[in-house]
Amino acid sequence: MSILNRIKRKLPVVGGSAPPPSSTPGVASARPQPAAPTWSPPEEEQESNVRAGRPVPEFLAEFVKSSPVVLFMKGSPNNPMCGFSANAAGILRNYDVAVASFDVLSDAAVRDGIKQFSQWPTIPQVYVGGEFIGGSDILMQMHQSGELREMIDQARSAQGA
Amino acid sequence: MTERSTRIRSRLGEALAPIHLELVDESHMHSGPNQETHFNLVVVSEAFAGLPLVRRQRRVYDALAAELNSGLHALTMRTLTPAEWQAASGSVANVSPPCMGGSKAG
Repeated sequence: MSILNRIKRKLPVVGGSAPPPSSTPGVASARPQPAAPTWSPPEEEQESNVRAGRPVPEFLAEFVKSSPVVLFMKGSPNNPMCGFSANAAGILRNYDVAVASFDVLSDAAVRDGIKQFSQWPTIPQVYVGGEFIGGSDILMQMHQSGELREMIDQARSAQGA
Repeated sequence: MTERSTRIRSRLGEALAPIHLELVDESHMHSGPNQETHFNLVVVSEAFAGLPLVRRQRRVYDALAAELNSGLHALTMRTLTPAEWQAASGSVANVSPPCMGGSKAG
């Protein structure tokens, strides 16, 4: 099945070694996200190789500016491994913008390093236009207020994307 | 009331003098032998006035640094000024996402 079809059908996990979902009774599955016909999924990269052995702070300083929107998350946008990360990726699907995502579960040094780098203790973390904006709660509130649209538009024109 | 939630209330009380604080332990929503790891928090404090959301949440995280270093894993957070709280009629939606089992190690 193609990536696009997986997104359309919202299949969270296809094969692999993902742990089973929570078995807590009465807990609903991920909240449905609005359809996003214009969103194009980022390439599924071998993210653990993205850093290529470079020192973490140096890599992070560069990576947060590598795309108008940068998302540090658990798992990938198509296969999120945490509800907060899934929410952040889902919100960003509403915007027609390039999102560079990094799976912190693939690189323990980045998982720790990004918390230092951003001075922020939790994952996910979102950068827009190279600027740290926060985690999933803040992203949702900025999405609802329209502020996120403004920031993304600015970041996109700044990068000529 | 459980131990960590008592400490969270007291630390936030000292740091932010909130006029309103809601704290719900949502650790049961997450897999594993979790105890007091996931909380849903609404804080209303004058200390947030004039601060962007990222700096408001940082104030909360700073106040809870010791908890975050000792097993507190996730906070769903709303940070409001008294004026915003009043405008919201004393109620804000603050829905935590379900666990997806991706992490057990902070």
